[in-house]
Amino acid sequence: MSGFWQGRRIPLAWLLLTRQPARLAVALAGIAFAGILMFMQLGFRDGLFDASVTIHKLFNTDLVLLSPRTMSSIAMAGFPRRRLIQAMADPDVVGTTPVNWNLLLWRNPETRKTRSILALGFEPSDPLFTDPVIATRAAALSQQGRVLFDERSRPEFGPVASWFRQGRVVDTEVAGKRVRVAGLISLGPSFGADGNMITSRETFLRINPNTTRGSIELGLIRLRPGADAAKVAERLRGSLPNDVAIYTKQGFVEFEKNYWRSSTAIGFIFTLGAGMGFVVGCVIVYQILYSDVSDHLPEYATLMAMGYPLIRLLGVVAREGLLLSVLGYIPAWLAGQGLYALIRSGTKLPVAMELNRSVLVFVLILAMGLGSATLAMRKLADADPAEIF
Amino acid sequence: MVHLQPTVLVEDLDHWYGSGANRRRVLQGVELAIAPGEVVLLTGPSGCGKTTLLTLIGALRQVQQGSVRVLGQELFHSSRAERQQLRRGIGMIFQGHNLLRCLSAEQNVQMGADLLDGTSYRARRAMARDWLRAVGLEDHLHKLPGDLSGGQKQRVAIARALAARPRLLLADEPTAALDSRTGREVVDLLKGLARDQGCAVLMVTHDPRILDVADRLVRMEDGRLWADNPPRGVAG
Repeated sequence: MSGFWQGRRIPLAWLLLTRQPARLAVALAGIAFAGILMFMQLGFRDGLFDASVTIHKLFNTDLVLLSPRTMSSIAMAGFPRRRLIQAMADPDVVGTTPVNWNLLLWRNPETRKTRSILALGFEPSDPLFTDPVIATRAAALSQQGRVLFDERSRPEFGPVASWFRQGRVVDTEVAGKRVRVAGLISLGPSFGADGNMITSRETFLRINPNTTRGSIELGLIRLRPGADAAKVAERLRGSLPNDVAIYTKQGFVEFEKNYWRSSTAIGFIFTLGAGMGFVVGCVIVYQILYSDVSDHLPEYATLMAMGYPLIRLLGVVAREGLLLSVLGYIPAWLAGQGLYALIRSGTKLPVAMELNRSVLVFVLILAMGLGSATLAMRKLADADPAEIF
Repeated sequence: MVHLQPTVLVEDLDHWYGSGANRRRVLQGVELAIAPGEVVLLTGPSGCGKTTLLTLIGALRQVQQGSVRVLGQELFHSSRAERQQLRRGIGMIFQGHNLLRCLSAEQNVQMGADLLDGTSYRARRAMARDWLRAVGLEDHLHKLPGDLSGGQKQRVAIARALAARPRLLLADEPTAALDSRTGREVVDLLKGLARDQGCAVLMVTHDPRILDVADRLVRMEDGRLWADNPPRGVAG
């Protein structure tokens, strides 16, 4: 055998599939369904984990202080605020922001129903988020009883954003205390909190009279440009008492994701769901390929009688599996895009068609097609050319 | 050199089906020689072992005892790969046409031509068209087998068998599914084309109307062969 043009053959696998359009449609629908199921389950899983750190990623910080008793963003414990001042002693530290963090009940100004909202308290002159717009708007918080409301919060908190834009004065209650919305910011809901609001430290303490004076839940530490965050964290671990835990910003994000990954069944449930999709797809593709081989057994036997080697016929079945995988993946991917758009608008979870997941699902579908083809090949052993005379 | 050697030489061939108490002898001391270009018809009642002999000569079945030499190769103790390779040189025409339903007439014939090494795809396609023209189906190149009549399908099968340029053609009752006139046409065509190629033909048939195409008739009964008329041109 030499040369590509001599190697070219009649595309038997393609013709076997396309000359039976009904069977092909069923096979593709099955694979696409399995693919969509995998995209959905994995998308939800990754989306939920990502959503758990929506706000974490926005902080303007290099290192983070937490209480060692803090397990996650929905159960933040306090630690002494002066640890931040002690941290300032390190030559690489250029600034700190003490932050109060709590989940409080927000009253929907329209329906009067309450719902848990994430409230952050800080000195309005301190940097909190990287977004410069928020820093400008924070000036409005210097007046007592004012809050900035996250316009991307779930609609259950009330039509706060639209009312505010219409120029209405939006007054409501947080934890039973009267507050007025002084502006809107854009953060996004996370897994632990359906909505967010920020306020001054003073207002925060007025809403939360039980907060211990001098106690905070989160400490932000900004470093001199070019400083090695990991090294500074190591130094601070040595110099600060053990009533604080020190994380890099990325470590803080991972800490939160890890909580949802290990302490909840979310990861397991959605991975299992994706696995179910895989199994269903395998069964469908195997059924299709098996019946296809069975139906064409006399024809395969004829080809063997003509002198075609078994390996070429196995290749035909493998190619059928490959073609089905690729053709089935395309509608699955497209439907996945639509589905993610739907999830984003319906749940405000940050789910997108990421390259990693696209590749993962493609590899799974490919394994599905080729694995099923390998199983269906065993049926080819029944093709006995001596029986066809 | 090739012409001195018979295309098929069967010597003292025995064959059994089943095992143990159910073991049943289907061929007994079969001797047969077919010269290059010779057309031999094999007749006999059903179940006498004709098809078994055909599958043994066609390298589709392992030879149990005796000697079968086809195209110069001994099939006793042959490996699966050797038989598969040998089959490329043998054309086969079946009772049912056994065309691939998903391929057009042209593509079916090309499946035969594709067995030839060292030719381009275009050359093989041209070859397939030539063969379909030779069997009178140049107007039906792109039809699927389902759209062809029984006689047309059998002609496609003949074109497919010949497209691989075989030196031996085995046919098992090729006229069984055809009416007498169509059957006659198909057999005449088969004989003419085989003769042009210098290809030997061994045809199993029950059809008394086509016996005259044979250079030689061989009759089988209870697993034994009897010559109906004296052999000619074999082994000198």
